[in-house]
Amino acid sequence: MAQGVMTIAEQRDGEIRKISYELVSEGRRLADSLGQEVTTLLLGSNIKDKASTLGHYGADKVLVAEDPRLDPYTTDAYVAVIAELVKANDPAILILGASVQGKDLSGRLSAKLGVGMAQDCTVFAIEDGNLVATRPIYAGKAYAKVTFSDSFPQMATARPNVMTLNEPDTSKSAEVVDASFTLDDSAIKTKVADVMKDESGKVDLTEADKIVSGGRGMKGPENYNILEALADVIGATVGASRSAVDAGWRPHTDQVGQTGKVVSPNLYIACGISGAIQHLAGMSTSKVIVAINKDPDAPIFQKADYGVVDDLFKVVPPLTEEIKKLL
Amino acid sequence: MNIIVCLKQVPDTETLIKVAPDGQSIVKDDIKWVMNPYDEFGVEEALRLKEKFGGEVTVVGLGPKRVTETIRTALAMGCDKGVLINDPALENSDVLGRAKALAAVIKNLDFDIIFTGQRGVDEDNGLVGAALAELLDIPQLSLIVKVEVSEDGKSVKVNRPVEGQVLVIESSLPALITAQKGLNEPRYASLPGIMKAKKKPLEEKTLADLGLDASGVGEGARKLKILQMTPPPQRAAGKIIEGETPEEKAAQLAKLLREEAKAI
Repeated sequence: MAQGVMTIAEQRDGEIRKISYELVSEGRRLADSLGQEVTTLLLGSNIKDKASTLGHYGADKVLVAEDPRLDPYTTDAYVAVIAELVKANDPAILILGASVQGKDLSGRLSAKLGVGMAQDCTVFAIEDGNLVATRPIYAGKAYAKVTFSDSFPQMATARPNVMTLNEPDTSKSAEVVDASFTLDDSAIKTKVADVMKDESGKVDLTEADKIVSGGRGMKGPENYNILEALADVIGATVGASRSAVDAGWRPHTDQVGQTGKVVSPNLYIACGISGAIQHLAGMSTSKVIVAINKDPDAPIFQKADYGVVDDLFKVVPPLTEEIKKLL
Repeated sequence: MNIIVCLKQVPDTETLIKVAPDGQSIVKDDIKWVMNPYDEFGVEEALRLKEKFGGEVTVVGLGPKRVTETIRTALAMGCDKGVLINDPALENSDVLGRAKALAAVIKNLDFDIIFTGQRGVDEDNGLVGAALAELLDIPQLSLIVKVEVSEDGKSVKVNRPVEGQVLVIESSLPALITAQKGLNEPRYASLPGIMKAKKKPLEEKTLADLGLDASGVGEGARKLKILQMTPPPQRAAGKIIEGETPEEKAAQLAKLLREEAKAI
Protein backbone atom coordinates (compact mmCIF):
# COMPACT_ATOMS: atom_id res chain seq x y z
CA MET A 1 0.00 0.00 0.00
CA ALA A 2 1.21 3.46 -0.87
CA GLN A 3 2.79 5.11 2.12
CA GLY A 4 4.70 8.22 3.09
CA VAL A 5 5.17 11.70 1.69
CA MET A 6 7.62 12.33 -1.13
CA THR A 7 8.76 15.79 -2.17
CA ILE A 8 10.80 16.72 -5.22
CA ALA A 9 13.66 19.09 -4.41
CA GLU A 10 14.71 21.75 -6.87
CA GLN A 11 18.29 22.85 -7.36
CA ARG A 12 20.06 25.17 -9.72
CA ASP A 13 23.81 25.48 -10.26
CA GLY A 14 24.43 23.10 -7.38
CA GLU A 15 22.38 25.12 -4.88
CA ILE A 16 19.13 23.87 -3.39
CA ARG A 17 16.31 26.34 -3.97
CA LYS A 18 14.12 27.71 -1.18
CA ILE A 19 10.99 26.03 -2.56
CA SER A 20 12.62 22.67 -1.77
CA TYR A 21 12.71 23.57 1.93
CA GLU A 22 9.13 24.83 1.81
CA LEU A 23 8.07 21.45 0.38
CA VAL A 24 9.99 19.47 3.00
CA SER A 25 8.51 21.65 5.78
CA GLU A 26 4.96 21.11 4.53
CA GLY A 27 5.66 17.44 3.79
CA ARG A 28 6.83 17.04 7.41
CA ARG A 29 3.53 18.41 8.74
CA LEU A 30 1.51 16.10 6.48
CA ALA A 31 3.65 13.08 7.31
CA ASP A 32 3.32 13.81 11.05
CA SER A 33 -0.44 13.83 10.85
CA LEU A 34 -0.29 10.49 9.02
CA GLY A 35 2.42 9.11 11.30
CA GLN A 36 4.58 8.45 8.25
CA GLU A 37 7.93 9.48 6.78
CA VAL A 38 9.11 12.22 4.43
CA THR A 39 11.41 11.29 1.58
CA THR A 40 12.88 13.98 -0.65
CA LEU A 41 14.10 13.27 -4.12
CA LEU A 42 17.13 15.31 -5.16
CA LEU A 43 18.24 15.10 -8.78
CA GLY A 44 21.34 16.61 -10.31
CA SER A 45 25.02 16.13 -10.86
CA ASN A 46 27.50 16.35 -7.95
CA ILE A 47 24.72 17.43 -5.63
CA LYS A 48 24.91 14.80 -2.88
CA ASP A 49 26.86 16.97 -0.45
CA LYS A 50 23.93 19.40 -0.37
CA ALA A 51 21.43 16.72 0.63
CA SER A 52 21.92 16.98 4.39
CA THR A 53 20.34 20.46 4.71
CA LEU A 54 17.02 18.95 3.59
CA GLY A 55 17.14 16.91 6.80
CA HIS A 56 17.36 20.11 8.86
CA TYR A 57 13.91 21.07 7.59
CA GLY A 58 12.38 17.69 8.38
CA ALA A 59 13.18 15.14 5.66
CA ASP A 60 13.71 11.62 7.04
CA LYS A 61 15.39 10.41 3.92
CA VAL A 62 16.94 12.04 0.87
CA LEU A 63 17.09 9.92 -2.26
CA VAL A 64 19.84 11.32 -4.46
CA ALA A 65 19.82 10.66 -8.19
CA GLU A 66 23.09 11.81 -9.71
CA ASP A 67 23.88 11.83 -13.39
CA PRO A 68 25.47 14.46 -15.65
CA ARG A 69 22.30 14.28 -17.75
CA LEU A 70 20.24 15.50 -14.77
CA ASP A 71 21.93 18.89 -14.75
CA PRO A 72 20.62 21.20 -16.03
CA TYR A 73 16.97 20.20 -15.73
CA THR A 74 15.22 18.77 -18.75
CA THR A 75 11.64 17.55 -18.71
CA ASP A 76 12.50 14.25 -20.39
CA ALA A 77 15.33 13.16 -18.11
CA TYR A 78 13.58 14.24 -14.91
CA VAL A 79 10.26 12.62 -15.81
CA ALA A 80 11.96 9.34 -16.72
CA VAL A 81 13.94 9.15 -13.48
CA ILE A 82 11.24 10.45 -11.14
CA ALA A 83 8.56 8.15 -12.61
CA GLU A 84 10.80 5.18 -11.99
CA LEU A 85 11.64 6.23 -8.43
CA VAL A 86 8.02 7.04 -7.59
CA LYS A 87 6.95 3.58 -8.75
CA ALA A 88 9.74 1.92 -6.78
CA ASN A 89 9.00 3.86 -3.56
CA ASP A 90 5.20 4.00 -3.86
CA PRO A 91 4.52 7.19 -1.83
CA ALA A 92 0.96 8.06 -0.83
CA ILE A 93 1.58 11.77 -1.45
CA LEU A 94 3.88 13.43 -3.98
CA ILE A 95 4.49 17.18 -3.73
CA LEU A 96 6.39 19.45 -6.09
CA GLY A 97 6.80 23.22 -6.23
CA ALA A 98 4.59 25.30 -8.50
CA SER A 99 7.74 26.95 -9.85
CA VAL A 100 8.37 27.09 -13.60
CA GLN A 101 10.24 23.79 -13.35
CA GLY A 102 7.62 22.19 -11.12
CA LYS A 103 4.80 23.25 -13.41
CA ASP A 104 6.63 21.85 -16.42
CA LEU A 105 7.35 18.60 -14.64
CA SER A 106 4.02 18.06 -12.91
CA GLY A 107 1.91 17.91 -16.06
CA ARG A 108 4.07 15.38 -17.81
CA LEU A 109 4.76 13.27 -14.73
CA SER A 110 1.11 13.08 -13.68
CA ALA A 111 0.12 12.01 -17.19
CA LYS A 112 2.87 9.39 -17.26
CA LEU A 113 1.80 8.05 -13.87
CA GLY A 114 -1.86 8.39 -14.86
CA VAL A 115 -2.76 10.18 -11.64
CA GLY A 116 -4.70 13.28 -10.65
CA MET A 117 -2.69 16.44 -10.03
CA ALA A 118 -3.67 19.55 -8.06
CA GLN A 119 -1.74 22.56 -9.37
CA ASP A 120 -0.52 25.59 -7.42
CA CYS A 121 -2.08 24.77 -4.03
CA THR A 122 -2.04 27.16 -1.10
CA VAL A 123 -3.29 24.82 1.65
CA PHE A 124 -2.81 21.10 2.28
CA ALA A 125 -4.53 19.02 4.94
CA ILE A 126 -5.06 15.39 5.79
CA GLU A 127 -8.70 14.36 6.15
CA ASP A 128 -9.57 10.73 6.86
CA GLY A 129 -6.04 9.77 5.91
CA ASN A 130 -6.29 11.43 2.50
CA LEU A 131 -4.73 14.56 1.07
CA VAL A 132 -7.11 17.48 0.67
CA ALA A 133 -5.70 20.43 -1.24
CA THR A 134 -7.03 23.95 -1.64
CA ARG A 135 -6.14 25.79 -4.80
CA PRO A 136 -7.09 29.19 -6.19
CA ILE A 137 -8.89 28.96 -9.54
CA TYR A 138 -9.81 31.77 -11.94
CA ALA A 139 -6.58 33.37 -10.65
CA GLY A 140 -7.96 33.49 -7.13
CA LYS A 141 -11.47 34.74 -7.92
CA ALA A 142 -12.61 31.41 -6.45
CA TYR A 143 -11.02 28.61 -4.41
CA ALA A 144 -11.48 24.88 -4.95
CA LYS A 145 -10.96 22.25 -2.29
CA VAL A 146 -10.04 19.01 -4.03
CA THR A 147 -9.23 15.45 -3.18
CA PHE A 148 -8.17 12.37 -5.10
CA SER A 149 -10.20 9.45 -6.27
CA ASP A 150 -8.38 6.15 -6.12
CA SER A 151 -5.31 7.84 -7.56
CA PHE A 152 -1.89 7.23 -5.97
CA PRO A 153 0.32 8.98 -5.36
CA GLN A 154 -1.90 11.94 -4.52
CA MET A 155 0.02 14.53 -6.47
CA ALA A 156 0.10 18.31 -6.05
CA THR A 157 2.27 21.37 -6.47
CA ALA A 158 2.60 24.07 -3.80
CA ARG A 159 2.62 27.77 -4.61
CA PRO A 160 6.05 29.24 -3.82
CA ASN A 161 6.26 31.49 -0.73
CA VAL A 162 3.03 30.17 0.79
CA MET A 163 3.97 27.09 2.83
CA THR A 164 5.49 27.96 6.20
CA LEU A 165 9.19 27.22 6.34
CA ASN A 166 10.30 25.16 9.37
CA GLU A 167 13.07 26.59 11.53
CA PRO A 168 16.10 24.63 10.32
CA ASP A 169 17.36 22.31 13.05
CA THR A 170 20.96 21.26 12.45
CA SER A 171 20.65 18.49 15.04
CA LYS A 172 18.23 16.69 12.71
CA SER A 173 19.69 14.70 9.90
CA ALA A 174 18.26 12.75 7.03
CA GLU A 175 19.41 9.40 5.79
CA VAL A 176 21.05 10.13 2.43
CA VAL A 177 20.69 7.28 -0.06
CA ASP A 178 21.90 6.88 -3.63
CA ALA A 179 18.90 6.16 -5.80
CA SER A 180 19.13 3.35 -8.26
CA PHE A 181 17.62 4.21 -11.62
CA THR A 182 18.09 3.74 -15.32
CA LEU A 183 18.19 6.60 -17.78
CA ASP A 184 18.23 5.81 -21.45
CA ASP A 185 19.72 8.43 -23.79
CA SER A 186 16.85 7.83 -26.19
CA ALA A 187 14.43 9.19 -23.55
CA ILE A 188 16.05 12.63 -23.76
CA LYS A 189 14.72 14.55 -26.73
CA THR A 190 15.37 18.12 -25.65
CA LYS A 191 18.54 19.90 -24.70
CA VAL A 192 19.35 23.13 -22.90
CA ALA A 193 21.50 24.93 -25.46
CA ASP A 194 22.08 28.10 -23.48
CA VAL A 195 21.25 29.79 -20.20
CA MET A 196 20.83 33.55 -20.27
CA LYS A 197 21.23 34.79 -16.72
CA ASP A 198 19.52 37.88 -15.47
CA GLU A 199 22.54 39.84 -14.30
CA SER A 200 20.46 42.25 -12.23
CA GLY A 201 20.41 39.59 -9.53
CA LYS A 202 16.85 40.52 -8.62
CA VAL A 203 14.58 37.89 -7.17
CA ASP A 204 11.80 36.68 -9.44
CA LEU A 205 8.35 38.09 -8.61
CA THR A 206 6.96 34.63 -7.85
CA GLU A 207 9.64 34.10 -5.20
CA ALA A 208 9.99 37.66 -3.93
CA ASP A 209 9.46 38.41 -0.27
CA LYS A 210 8.54 42.01 -1.09
CA ILE A 211 7.18 43.60 -4.26
CA VAL A 212 6.79 47.26 -5.25
CA SER A 213 4.45 47.44 -8.23
CA GLY A 214 3.59 50.34 -10.50
CA GLY A 215 0.60 50.83 -12.78
CA ARG A 216 -0.81 53.37 -15.17
CA GLY A 217 -0.42 56.05 -12.51
CA MET A 218 3.35 55.89 -13.05
CA LYS A 219 2.68 57.96 -16.22
CA GLY A 220 5.70 56.59 -18.08
CA PRO A 221 8.65 54.19 -17.99
CA GLU A 222 11.05 56.94 -16.86
CA ASN A 223 9.30 57.26 -13.51
CA TYR A 224 9.90 53.71 -12.31
CA ASN A 225 13.20 54.85 -10.83
CA ILE A 226 11.34 56.06 -7.75
CA LEU A 227 9.95 52.52 -7.30
CA GLU A 228 13.39 51.02 -7.92
CA ALA A 229 14.79 53.31 -5.18
CA LEU A 230 12.16 52.12 -2.70
CA ALA A 231 12.67 48.50 -3.78
CA ASP A 232 16.42 48.81 -3.23
CA VAL A 233 15.94 50.06 0.31
CA ILE A 234 13.52 47.32 1.40
CA GLY A 235 14.95 44.50 -0.74
CA ALA A 236 11.95 44.21 -3.05
CA THR A 237 11.39 43.24 -6.68
CA VAL A 238 9.61 45.73 -8.93
CA GLY A 239 6.43 44.55 -10.64
CA ALA A 240 3.86 46.16 -12.90
CA SER A 241 0.20 46.07 -13.80
CA ARG A 242 -1.00 44.84 -17.16
CA SER A 243 -1.64 48.36 -18.44
CA ALA A 244 1.96 49.36 -17.70
CA VAL A 245 3.23 46.26 -19.51
CA ASP A 246 0.87 46.67 -22.46
CA ALA A 247 2.01 50.28 -22.78
CA GLY A 248 5.55 48.94 -23.16
CA TRP A 249 6.82 50.60 -19.98
CA ARG A 250 7.92 47.33 -18.37
CA PRO A 251 8.76 43.84 -19.72
CA HIS A 252 6.15 41.04 -19.78
CA THR A 253 8.04 39.17 -17.08
CA ASP A 254 7.17 41.99 -14.65
CA GLN A 255 3.40 41.65 -15.03
CA VAL A 256 1.39 40.72 -11.96
CA GLY A 257 -2.15 39.48 -12.52
CA GLN A 258 -4.41 36.91 -14.12
CA THR A 259 -2.49 36.87 -17.40
CA GLY A 260 0.83 37.52 -15.72
CA LYS A 261 2.42 36.22 -12.57
CA VAL A 262 0.48 35.23 -9.51
CA VAL A 263 2.48 36.39 -6.51
CA SER A 264 2.43 35.85 -2.72
CA PRO A 265 4.98 38.16 -1.12
CA ASN A 266 5.00 39.20 2.52
CA LEU A 267 4.63 42.80 1.43
CA TYR A 268 3.03 44.13 -1.75
CA ILE A 269 3.11 47.89 -2.37
CA ALA A 270 0.83 48.93 -5.24
CA CYS A 271 1.63 52.39 -6.61
CA GLY A 272 -0.68 54.06 -9.08
CA ILE A 273 -2.56 50.81 -9.63
CA SER A 274 -6.33 51.18 -9.65
CA GLY A 275 -6.90 47.49 -9.02
CA ALA A 276 -8.58 45.92 -12.04
CA ILE A 277 -10.09 42.56 -11.12
CA GLN A 278 -7.36 40.76 -13.09
CA HIS A 279 -4.65 42.51 -11.09
CA LEU A 280 -6.30 41.89 -7.73
CA ALA A 281 -6.59 38.22 -8.67
CA GLY A 282 -2.85 38.01 -9.12
CA MET A 283 -1.75 39.47 -5.76
CA SER A 284 -4.55 38.77 -3.31
CA THR A 285 -2.59 36.06 -1.44
CA SER A 286 0.03 38.67 -0.46
CA LYS A 287 0.30 38.94 3.31
CA VAL A 288 0.43 42.73 3.72
CA ILE A 289 -0.91 44.95 0.95
CA VAL A 290 -0.25 48.68 0.68
CA ALA A 291 -1.97 50.87 -1.89
CA ILE A 292 -0.86 54.35 -2.86
CA ASN A 293 -3.26 56.03 -5.24
CA LYS A 294 -4.76 59.49 -5.54
CA ASP A 295 -8.22 58.15 -6.42
CA PRO A 296 -9.98 57.33 -3.12
CA ASP A 297 -12.48 55.14 -5.01
CA ALA A 298 -9.83 52.91 -6.61
CA PRO A 299 -10.79 49.25 -6.06
CA ILE A 300 -7.25 48.47 -4.85
CA PHE A 301 -8.18 50.10 -1.51
CA GLN A 302 -10.73 47.31 -0.91
CA LYS A 303 -7.84 44.81 -0.74
CA ALA A 304 -5.27 46.99 0.99
CA ASP A 305 -4.24 46.68 4.63
CA TYR A 306 -2.83 50.20 4.43
CA GLY A 307 -4.03 52.82 2.01
CA VAL A 308 -2.55 56.20 1.20
CA VAL A 309 -4.85 58.45 -0.80
CA ASP A 310 -2.42 60.86 -2.38
CA ASP A 311 -0.15 61.50 -5.33
CA LEU A 312 2.34 58.64 -5.46
CA PHE A 313 5.04 60.99 -6.78
CA LYS A 314 4.77 62.96 -3.53
CA VAL A 315 4.47 59.91 -1.24
CA VAL A 316 6.95 57.32 -2.52
CA PRO A 317 10.21 59.35 -2.33
CA PRO A 318 9.62 60.47 1.31
CA LEU A 319 8.47 56.91 2.14
CA THR A 320 11.83 55.63 0.89
CA GLU A 321 13.62 58.20 3.05
CA GLU A 322 11.52 57.44 6.15
CA ILE A 323 12.14 53.70 5.80
CA LYS A 324 15.89 54.33 5.44
CA LYS A 325 15.79 56.11 8.81
CA LEU A 326 14.03 53.15 10.45
CA LEU A 327 16.20 50.37 9.09
CA MET B 1 4.72 22.86 -41.96
CA ASN B 2 1.47 21.69 -40.44
CA ILE B 3 0.49 23.11 -37.11
CA ILE B 4 -2.23 22.32 -34.63
CA VAL B 5 -3.49 24.80 -32.08
CA CYS B 6 -5.61 23.60 -29.17
CA LEU B 7 -8.21 26.10 -28.06
CA LYS B 8 -10.09 26.52 -24.84
CA GLN B 9 -13.00 28.84 -24.33
CA VAL B 10 -12.90 30.61 -20.98
CA PRO B 11 -14.76 33.42 -19.21
CA ASP B 12 -13.41 36.83 -20.16
CA THR B 13 -10.87 37.91 -17.53
CA GLU B 14 -13.16 40.85 -16.59
CA THR B 15 -15.73 38.33 -15.33
CA LEU B 16 -16.71 38.34 -11.68
CA ILE B 17 -16.72 34.67 -10.77
CA LYS B 18 -19.60 33.46 -8.58
CA VAL B 19 -19.75 30.03 -7.02
CA ALA B 20 -22.97 28.16 -7.85
CA PRO B 21 -25.30 27.06 -5.01
CA ASP B 22 -24.13 23.44 -5.44
CA GLY B 23 -20.66 24.56 -4.30
CA GLN B 24 -19.16 22.46 -7.10
CA SER B 25 -19.09 24.83 -10.05
CA ILE B 26 -19.36 28.47 -11.04
CA VAL B 27 -22.45 30.34 -12.18
CA LYS B 28 -22.30 30.23 -15.96
CA ASP B 29 -25.11 32.69 -16.77
CA ASP B 30 -24.11 36.09 -18.11
CA ILE B 31 -20.55 35.05 -18.78
CA LYS B 32 -18.83 36.48 -21.83
CA TRP B 33 -16.90 33.55 -23.29
CA VAL B 34 -13.63 34.27 -25.07
CA MET B 35 -10.60 32.46 -26.42
CA ASN B 36 -8.18 31.64 -23.61
CA PRO B 37 -5.66 34.55 -23.79
CA TYR B 38 -2.66 32.18 -23.81
CA ASP B 39 -4.18 30.24 -26.72
CA GLU B 40 -4.29 33.49 -28.72
CA PHE B 41 -0.49 33.59 -28.56
CA GLY B 42 -0.47 30.01 -29.90
CA VAL B 43 -2.74 30.94 -32.80
CA GLU B 44 -0.61 33.96 -33.67
CA GLU B 45 2.65 31.99 -33.57
CA ALA B 46 1.13 29.23 -35.71
CA LEU B 47 0.05 31.79 -38.30
CA ARG B 48 3.50 33.41 -38.39
CA LEU B 49 5.12 30.01 -38.96
CA LYS B 50 2.61 29.22 -41.68
CA GLU B 51 3.42 32.53 -43.37
CA LYS B 52 7.10 31.58 -43.35
CA PHE B 53 6.99 27.87 -44.11
CA GLY B 54 3.60 27.32 -45.74
CA GLY B 55 1.34 24.46 -44.70
CA GLU B 56 -1.90 24.36 -42.76
CA VAL B 57 -3.07 25.39 -39.32
CA THR B 58 -5.79 23.27 -37.73
CA VAL B 59 -7.50 24.38 -34.54
CA VAL B 60 -8.95 21.82 -32.16
CA GLY B 61 -11.40 22.86 -29.50
CA LEU B 62 -13.22 20.91 -26.84
CA GLY B 63 -16.48 21.87 -25.21
CA PRO B 64 -20.11 22.65 -25.92
CA LYS B 65 -21.50 24.20 -29.10
CA ARG B 66 -20.61 27.75 -28.02
CA VAL B 67 -16.91 26.87 -28.50
CA THR B 68 -17.64 27.03 -32.24
CA GLU B 69 -17.46 30.83 -31.92
CA THR B 70 -13.93 30.65 -30.53
CA ILE B 71 -12.86 28.29 -33.30
CA ARG B 72 -14.41 30.68 -35.88
CA THR B 73 -12.39 33.51 -34.32
CA ALA B 74 -9.19 31.53 -34.90
CA LEU B 75 -10.30 30.76 -38.47
CA ALA B 76 -10.98 34.47 -38.98
CA MET B 77 -7.47 35.25 -37.77
CA GLY B 78 -6.19 32.98 -40.55
CA CYS B 79 -6.26 29.35 -39.41
CA ASP B 80 -7.41 26.91 -42.08
CA LYS B 81 -9.78 24.46 -40.48
CA GLY B 82 -11.31 23.54 -37.17
CA VAL B 83 -12.40 20.52 -35.20
CA LEU B 84 -14.73 20.71 -32.22
CA ILE B 85 -14.93 17.80 -29.84
CA ASN B 86 -18.44 18.17 -28.50
CA ASP B 87 -19.89 15.49 -26.30
CA PRO B 88 -21.97 16.01 -23.16
CA ALA B 89 -19.99 13.24 -21.46
CA LEU B 90 -16.92 15.50 -21.52
CA GLU B 91 -18.58 18.34 -19.63
CA ASN B 92 -17.01 17.46 -16.27
CA SER B 93 -13.91 15.68 -17.52
CA ASP B 94 -10.62 16.28 -15.81
CA VAL B 95 -7.24 17.07 -17.36
CA LEU B 96 -6.43 13.50 -18.40
CA GLY B 97 -9.86 12.95 -19.90
CA ARG B 98 -9.63 16.11 -21.97
CA ALA B 99 -6.07 15.32 -23.05
CA LYS B 100 -7.16 11.84 -24.17
CA ALA B 101 -9.96 13.29 -26.27
CA LEU B 102 -7.62 15.84 -27.87
CA ALA B 103 -5.01 13.15 -28.50
CA ALA B 104 -7.63 10.97 -30.22
CA VAL B 105 -8.25 13.73 -32.77
CA ILE B 106 -4.65 14.84 -33.18
CA LYS B 107 -3.02 11.42 -33.56
CA ASN B 108 -4.76 11.07 -36.92
CA LEU B 109 -3.56 14.45 -38.19
CA ASP B 110 -0.25 15.26 -39.81
CA PHE B 111 1.58 17.84 -37.70
CA ASP B 112 5.00 19.33 -36.93
CA ILE B 113 4.08 21.53 -33.99
CA ILE B 114 1.19 21.64 -31.55
CA PHE B 115 0.52 24.85 -29.66
CA THR B 116 -1.52 25.10 -26.48
CA GLY B 117 -1.78 27.99 -24.04
CA GLN B 118 0.47 27.55 -21.01
CA ARG B 119 -2.70 27.36 -18.93
CA GLY B 120 -6.40 28.05 -19.18
CA VAL B 121 -7.27 31.14 -17.19
CA ASP B 122 -10.30 29.32 -15.76
CA GLU B 123 -9.14 26.31 -13.79
CA ASP B 124 -5.49 27.44 -13.94
CA ASN B 125 -4.23 23.87 -14.20
CA GLY B 126 -1.59 24.27 -16.89
CA LEU B 127 -1.54 20.50 -17.35
CA VAL B 128 -3.38 19.59 -20.55
CA GLY B 129 -0.50 20.51 -22.88
CA ALA B 130 1.98 18.29 -21.05
CA ALA B 131 -0.52 15.45 -20.75
CA LEU B 132 -1.22 15.66 -24.47
CA ALA B 133 2.50 15.58 -25.28
CA GLU B 134 2.87 12.51 -23.06
CA LEU B 135 -0.04 10.72 -24.74
CA LEU B 136 1.39 11.50 -28.19
CA ASP B 137 4.92 10.67 -27.02
CA ILE B 138 6.45 13.90 -28.30
CA PRO B 139 8.66 16.46 -26.49
CA GLN B 140 6.98 19.30 -24.62
CA LEU B 141 8.37 22.82 -24.46
CA SER B 142 6.41 24.74 -21.88
CA LEU B 143 6.03 28.42 -20.97
CA ILE B 144 7.72 29.61 -24.15
CA VAL B 145 8.25 33.25 -25.18
CA LYS B 146 10.27 32.77 -28.38
CA VAL B 147 10.11 30.12 -31.11
CA GLU B 148 12.69 29.69 -33.87
CA VAL B 149 12.13 26.83 -36.30
CA SER B 150 15.21 25.69 -38.25
CA GLU B 151 15.26 26.39 -42.00
CA ASP B 152 14.72 22.71 -42.78
CA GLY B 153 11.67 22.64 -40.49
CA LYS B 154 12.98 19.67 -38.57
CA SER B 155 13.96 21.22 -35.25
CA VAL B 156 13.09 24.14 -33.02
CA LYS B 157 14.87 26.43 -30.58
CA VAL B 158 12.75 28.09 -27.91
CA ASN B 159 13.18 30.46 -24.97
CA ARG B 160 11.70 29.64 -21.58
CA PRO B 161 12.02 32.23 -18.82
CA VAL B 162 12.47 30.57 -15.45
CA GLU B 163 12.97 32.41 -12.16
CA GLY B 164 15.84 34.83 -12.84
CA GLN B 165 17.07 33.33 -16.10
CA VAL B 166 16.03 32.33 -19.60
CA LEU B 167 16.70 28.82 -20.88
CA VAL B 168 17.28 28.31 -24.59
CA ILE B 169 16.05 24.81 -25.36
CA GLU B 170 16.47 22.79 -28.53
CA SER B 171 14.18 20.01 -29.62
CA SER B 172 13.45 17.90 -32.62
CA LEU B 173 10.04 18.18 -34.25
CA PRO B 174 7.26 17.22 -33.88
CA ALA B 175 6.92 18.84 -30.47
CA LEU B 176 4.29 20.53 -28.33
CA ILE B 177 4.83 24.14 -27.28
CA THR B 178 2.84 25.90 -24.57
CA ALA B 179 2.59 29.64 -25.17
CA GLN B 180 3.44 32.19 -22.51
CA LYS B 181 2.73 35.92 -22.58
CA GLY B 182 5.51 37.73 -24.40
CA LEU B 183 5.60 35.27 -27.31
CA ASN B 184 3.94 37.75 -29.68
CA GLU B 185 1.14 40.28 -30.08
CA PRO B 186 -1.88 38.41 -31.45
CA ARG B 187 -3.51 39.96 -34.50
CA TYR B 188 -7.13 40.94 -34.73
CA ALA B 189 -9.38 39.18 -37.19
CA SER B 190 -9.93 41.37 -40.27
CA LEU B 191 -13.37 41.85 -41.79
CA PRO B 192 -12.48 39.82 -44.91
CA GLY B 193 -11.01 37.23 -42.53
CA ILE B 194 -14.30 37.00 -40.67
CA MET B 195 -16.20 36.58 -43.96
CA LYS B 196 -13.83 33.86 -45.15
CA ALA B 197 -13.96 32.04 -41.82
CA LYS B 198 -17.64 31.29 -42.35
CA LYS B 199 -16.75 29.07 -45.28
CA LYS B 200 -13.80 27.27 -43.74
CA PRO B 201 -14.29 23.62 -42.72
CA LEU B 202 -15.33 23.02 -39.11
CA GLU B 203 -15.99 19.42 -38.14
CA GLU B 204 -17.72 18.24 -34.99
CA LYS B 205 -16.76 15.00 -33.31
CA THR B 206 -18.39 13.03 -30.54
CA LEU B 207 -16.62 10.53 -28.31
CA ALA B 208 -18.08 7.72 -30.40
CA ASP B 209 -16.55 9.29 -33.54
CA LEU B 210 -13.19 9.18 -31.78
CA GLY B 211 -13.58 5.61 -30.63
CA LEU B 212 -13.60 6.72 -26.98
CA ASP B 213 -15.90 5.70 -24.18
CA ALA B 214 -17.27 8.08 -21.55
CA SER B 215 -16.12 5.70 -18.82
CA GLY B 216 -12.49 6.41 -19.75
CA VAL B 217 -12.63 10.17 -20.24
CA GLY B 218 -15.84 11.49 -18.67
CA GLU B 219 -16.73 12.58 -15.16
CA GLY B 220 -16.54 9.02 -13.86
CA ALA B 221 -12.87 8.85 -14.83
CA ARG B 222 -11.94 11.94 -12.83
CA LYS B 223 -8.89 11.42 -10.67
CA LEU B 224 -9.30 14.77 -8.94
CA LYS B 225 -12.61 15.38 -7.18
CA ILE B 226 -13.88 18.83 -6.32
CA LEU B 227 -15.10 18.78 -2.74
CA GLN B 228 -16.10 22.39 -2.57
CA MET B 229 -15.72 25.69 -4.36
CA THR B 230 -15.81 28.88 -2.33
CA PRO B 231 -15.36 32.59 -2.92
CA PRO B 232 -11.87 33.80 -2.01
CA PRO B 233 -11.25 34.54 1.66
CA GLN B 234 -12.22 38.13 2.52
CA ARG B 235 -9.50 40.45 3.72
CA ALA B 236 -10.18 42.49 6.84
CA ALA B 237 -10.89 46.16 6.19
CA GLY B 238 -7.69 48.16 5.86
CA LYS B 239 -6.54 51.45 7.34
CA ILE B 240 -6.42 54.69 5.41
CA ILE B 241 -3.35 56.59 6.54
CA GLU B 242 -4.22 60.05 7.80
CA GLY B 243 -1.97 63.07 7.50
CA GLU B 244 -1.91 66.73 6.45
CA THR B 245 0.82 66.33 3.85
CA PRO B 246 2.16 63.50 1.69
CA GLU B 247 5.33 63.55 3.81
CA GLU B 248 3.34 63.01 6.99
CA LYS B 249 1.47 60.12 5.41
CA ALA B 250 4.72 58.60 4.19
CA ALA B 251 6.23 58.80 7.66
CA GLN B 252 3.12 57.29 9.24
CA LEU B 253 3.07 54.44 6.68
CA ALA B 254 6.77 53.67 7.22
CA LYS B 255 6.16 53.49 10.98
CA LEU B 256 3.15 51.17 10.62
CA LEU B 257 4.94 48.85 8.21
CA ARG B 258 7.85 48.59 10.60
CA GLU B 259 6.07 48.44 13.96
CA GLU B 260 2.57 47.11 13.34
CA ALA B 261 2.79 44.96 10.22
CA LYS B 262 6.43 44.03 10.87
CA ALA B 263 6.76 43.81 7.10
CA ILE B 264 10.05 45.73 6.82
